[in-house]
Amino acid sequence: MTRNAKILISIAVGSLLLFIYVAPNLINRIPGLPKLPERPFTLGLDLLGGVHLQYKADLSNIGTSSPGDALAGVRDVVERRVNYFGVSEPLVQISGTDRLIVELAGIDDADTAIKLIGETPFLEFRDGSTLDAVPTEKDPYGGWKSTGLTGSQLKRAQVVFDSQTSRAQVDLTFNDEGTKLFGEITKRNLGKPVAVFLDGVPISIPTVQTAITDGRAVISGSFTPSEAKLLATRLNSGALPVPIKLISQQTVGASLGKQSLSDSMRAGIWGLILVALFMLIFYRLPGITAMMALLVYLLITLAVYKLLPVTLTLAGIAGFILSLGMALDANVLIFARMKEELASGKPLSISLAEGFHRSWPSIRDSHVTTFISAFVLYAFTTSIVRGFALTLGIGVVISLFTSIIVTRTFLRAMIAGRLGRYTWLFS
Amino acid sequence: MFTVSLIVFAASIVAIFSYGLNFDVDFTGGSVLEVEFTNGRPPIEDIVSVFESSKDPIVHATTVTPLGELGLVVRSSDKTNATHGVVTSVLLKNWPEAGLQERQFDFIGPSVGEELKQKSITAIVILLIAVLLYIAFMFRALSRSLSLWAMSAGTVLGLAHDIIIPIGLFAVLGHFAGVQISAIYVAAILTILGYTVSDKVVIYDRVRENILRGSSKAPLADLVHTSVMQTLVRSINNTLVVVISSLAVFLFGGESIKYFALALMVGIALGAYSSIFVASPILVWMGKGKRT
Repeated sequence: MTRNAKILISIAVGSLLLFIYVAPNLINRIPGLPKLPERPFTLGLDLLGGVHLQYKADLSNIGTSSPGDALAGVRDVVERRVNYFGVSEPLVQISGTDRLIVELAGIDDADTAIKLIGETPFLEFRDGSTLDAVPTEKDPYGGWKSTGLTGSQLKRAQVVFDSQTSRAQVDLTFNDEGTKLFGEITKRNLGKPVAVFLDGVPISIPTVQTAITDGRAVISGSFTPSEAKLLATRLNSGALPVPIKLISQQTVGASLGKQSLSDSMRAGIWGLILVALFMLIFYRLPGITAMMALLVYLLITLAVYKLLPVTLTLAGIAGFILSLGMALDANVLIFARMKEELASGKPLSISLAEGFHRSWPSIRDSHVTTFISAFVLYAFTTSIVRGFALTLGIGVVISLFTSIIVTRTFLRAMIAGRLGRYTWLFS
Repeated sequence: MFTVSLIVFAASIVAIFSYGLNFDVDFTGGSVLEVEFTNGRPPIEDIVSVFESSKDPIVHATTVTPLGELGLVVRSSDKTNATHGVVTSVLLKNWPEAGLQERQFDFIGPSVGEELKQKSITAIVILLIAVLLYIAFMFRALSRSLSLWAMSAGTVLGLAHDIIIPIGLFAVLGHFAGVQISAIYVAAILTILGYTVSDKVVIYDRVRENILRGSSKAPLADLVHTSVMQTLVRSINNTLVVVISSLAVFLFGGESIKYFALALMVGIALGAYSSIFVASPILVWMGKGKRT
């Protein structure tokens, strides 16, 4: 077996393995074969639909603690708050020195998310007034006086349902300090009302029946179950160590995401068909080898996207489609040189070798310069552009391999075979 | 052909300076809300008049443009994300039956926009330096047979041509069709720059090869002509495959990256054109003294 045949076989086997890795769902449709695990591509929010939020933390008043610690503290709190939504793999990430990025896939209601993430609920117990107290401009609390018991003395909050009315309630457990305070408050106010304020609004004004010393209380406002759950989550997540401010927001509806995904798939398929037609018309048999090399390119690239994984966005897929054209670039250079050598009367195998040899500097140059662009874009710009730069850069590297190794192997195999007799197929 | 280039180039610069560039909220900061009326969009004049008579300062200051059959785009320069809430509530209140559906909402704080501007400028400057270093490195080898100045001038002017004309095109599109320049255009410009520079190097490399072969004692102009002709088909085909794949994105890739694909297509096509009709003539004009 010749060396070329060995390479050819490795390419064929490699491609098959890659195909299984890239598209197990297609293999799984064949009956009678063992089922393969299906691992989907990682899609960006603009294709899935969801919310992307960027926050800036105000680190000016952090005292002696380090900015990194403060920011990590913010991240932990936000992570706990975000878990309320139950989305799969919410992303909460520190970016730079004072930024926090939150991504929630599949969420439409950005406003609730923003409220939940950015606002610390302020729960407090007040006493000393009556049920019919009217808040005035001068006294927004309507005579209710602070007792010193707030949400910061909570140990835990959870949703419970009243056994008789089956309405949702929020069950509070205080910490030691809170338990003591709450005991004193209930003793002091026996038979009198105590008001529970949330963010300055009374949500429940129960009348104390007995002194409560076990540190437990139930807020039985008129909650829907989801409101109760939201409140419990907000109370449980604790306060943010430093204030944060929303500085950018992107919300993509699920329907638009779906449409963008199908649009870019369509663009990809059309891109492939158009370049294939072009290559076949202009380069005939070498055109076919270029298409085969392009299919290998496609498999390797998609496998890399899955493996890393690369988060595919709209711009990223555009970069991928563009890289299809660029992957053929090198083939065009090689074939053009080959044609020239054939025209000058050299035999096929020598023309092939010369074609590769002489086009190499040009191929190297165009790949290097495009790669520099992709690298600069990736290193110095922001998210949407980075998606494009990443797929373009990956494409450039892989296409260098496929256009040289794969195309050459295919062409050599063809020349060695029966087709080699028909020079016109190549010119 | 050179004159045509010169005219289009000059026109682009005039367009850029007189119309200015229509930057998207990505750069300026602000909000864009895109909605769809699934039961049919109310007449755009009605929406405009409702918004204009609104007492809410944010709603009052928005600009609205129709999008496709059912869509509507609302832009605001407000520095908070409040636009979303106030605009949707006005739309819902006035047209409760229209089947309002949100498609997307972007809010970019002023600091983020400013940061993107800074980063884009940094990226462009760094890439320019990298490309110049690359050219200097590549041309050092060629400079024994060709004037370094002529090559550098030809390449840099060719690149300026490839970049300025698409920017000019978008100044015109921005002025007359309201097409806005978003973050992704920076990617288009830098990709054009990186991709087309190699095309020019390829031609010069071919010129050098022909000089070294020394088979002909022809004048430089003829040598350059021969080299251009030799690389012509390759240049055109090469460009065509990339243009074709961008065309697929332009036609089928959806609204949001349509004009990005257009910029790429125009820039890359211009790159091949300018290698032949800009970079090569300049090499001949400026390089006359060098050959011995």
